[in-house]
This record gives sequence, C-alpha cells and structure tokens, in this order.
Amino acid sequence: MPAWYATLAIVGLATVTAVTRGFFLFSERELELPAWAVQGLRYAPIAALVAVISPEIVLTDGALIATWQDARIYAVLVGTLYFWWRRGILGTIVTGTAVLLALKIGLGW
Amino acid sequence: MSLIRNPEFRRGFSDTVAPSLGIAAWGLVTGVAMVKSGLSLSLSVLMTLLVYAGSAQLAALPLIVAGAPLWVLWATAFCVNLRFVIYSAHWRRYFGHLPRAERLLLGYFAVDLSYVLFARRFPDPVPQPEQLPYFWGSAAWNWLSWQGASLLGVLIADYVPTEWNLGFAGVLALLGLTYSLLSDKKSWIAAGVAAFVAVAAFALPLKLNIVTAILAGVAAGLLLDRSFRDAAPERV
Repeated sequence: MPAWYATLAIVGLATVTAVTRGFFLFSERELELPAWAVQGLRYAPIAALVAVISPEIVLTDGALIATWQDARIYAVLVGTLYFWWRRGILGTIVTGTAVLLALKIGLGW
Repeated sequence: MSLIRNPEFRRGFSDTVAPSLGIAAWGLVTGVAMVKSGLSLSLSVLMTLLVYAGSAQLAALPLIVAGAPLWVLWATAFCVNLRFVIYSAHWRRYFGHLPRAERLLLGYFAVDLSYVLFARRFPDPVPQPEQLPYFWGSAAWNWLSWQGASLLGVLIADYVPTEWNLGFAGVLALLGLTYSLLSDKKSWIAAGVAAFVAVAAFALPLKLNIVTAILAGVAAGLLLDRSFRDAAPERV
C-alpha cells in the first residue's frame, strides 16, 4: 500500500463524511419536504439506532446466534434489566460490559 | 467564550457524557483496528482526525489494505454513511436559517449520538435559540471522547486483544439510548420493524441494510400515524 494511495483514500473518505453529513444542508434554497416526510423524520432517530445495533447483537458472521455460550446475550440481558430498573445509560454500559468481559475473559465465550 | 458558559452548552455536554463512555470504547477499538489492519501510525492518526466516522472507517480499512480502486472505497463509505443523509434533512429543519458555511461545519460534527440526543431534547423541528449551544456542547464532548479514545487505541493497539470485543460497549450505549427513546406503542413498533429489517436484509452489500431498515421503520411509523390519527396526543 503506497503512502500516497492511503493518504488520498483518507482525504476522500473525509470528504465523504462531510458530503453525507451535510447533504441537505448545502443548498441555499429552502428545502421543501412533503408533510409526510417531515412527520416521518420523527421516527428516524429510533429507527437508525436499532438498525445499527440489532445486527451487532443477534448476528455472528451474518448468521443468527446459534449458541447460548455467547457473552453478548448476557451483556444485553443485564444491560436491559439495569436500564428498566434505573433508567440510566451509564449503568447500562457498565453492567453490560462487566458481564461481557467476565464471560469473555473468564469462560472464553 | 460565551458559548461555553451557556447553560444549554453544558446540558448538551452532560447529556453526552454517559453514552460517550460506550462510544469511546468503540473509538478505542477503531483505533486498534486501524493499526492492526496495517495502516502506519501517522496514517492512522490522520484517518481518525479527518474522517471522524467509525463505521465508514471500519468498512474502508480492508479495502485500503487490499489496494481497492479509490472510487470503490469512497462509494462504500458513502453507502455506509447514507443514514447521515437522512439526518441532514432533519438538521435542515432546525438549522436551515444559518449561513451555509456554518451549516456545513455543523453537519461535519453531527454524529449519530449528537443527532439522537438532540432530537430527544428538541422533538419539535422549530428553530430555538437553545439549540445551537446544546448542539455544540454535545458535539464537543463526542469529538473529544471519540478522538481521545481512538488515538489511545492507535498507541496501545498491540496490547488490546481483539477477542475481548470491547466495541460491544458502544452497542450497549446505543441500546440504552434506544430504550430512552421508546415513548409510546408506535415507537416500539417502528423500532421493531427497523430491527427486523436490519437483520433480515443483512446480506445486502455495502451495509445497505441500515438505510433500508431506517426507511422501513419510518414507513411503519407513518402507517401507524395514519391509522391511529385520533389516538392520544403525540409525545415522540
């Protein structure tokens, strides 16, 4: 991998970040969205979150988890219980990650 | 600076601290991944500081290492980033009145976490003076924690075993954030549809399952709105 190639690739990737994140912010003209699209945007944050995380939770190499010896199952379970008990995001991360690391390092799951 | 003293800047900042712990774990893993894939130290630092998009970086790494044609690698990152195009339509409702340069600067820093926290804080897409300081408070902490963790990951890459799956802390952070957004039956159903489609469509190339799932979740929410128009007042 020549350095010029990797550098050019990285600069291009940064441009892609700026272009996608600023996509509808670029035009100087008013962005006329139909009423249904404006209403639908209310659901975009939650849909985007679950779209990103659900495959990470239930899939291994593109197939559904097929074993109970997967640390993620228990990490998500404990994190979920914590959230609905205390409603705290920090505790969800800490308890879930603690379970994950204990099972990974302790049992090799 | 008056911006930093603004109470909404602090609120955006403090709302971001808890979930950013998970995001930082994700940043650390991304830093480790860059070095372990064979990128040099300086290129890894350049990548994290300039690109600032974890999922696009992780998708592009194997392509860079394989020496793939540049347009393939950029097109891949574009598709992985398509969700940001949807977010930008939403941002426009809040920040459309600002000058273009400021809008684009804002857009560059508008990552997933800032988007979701912002939409939770300001559910009505109507410009308010509190929004800009809140945005920058959230964006500043997200940038600092992601970049700090990512640079640390670059430095200690050889000491972090990848089989620990530390990046899963990022998934747990977003999971907690998801739960905090589930307000009524309609949001539960929209989330369920998006989750199902993201998994069912996983085989699509270029992570297109994600944008497909967002569109499916939004469509489900719209259908429910239409079917239950006279139900209880909205509070999403």
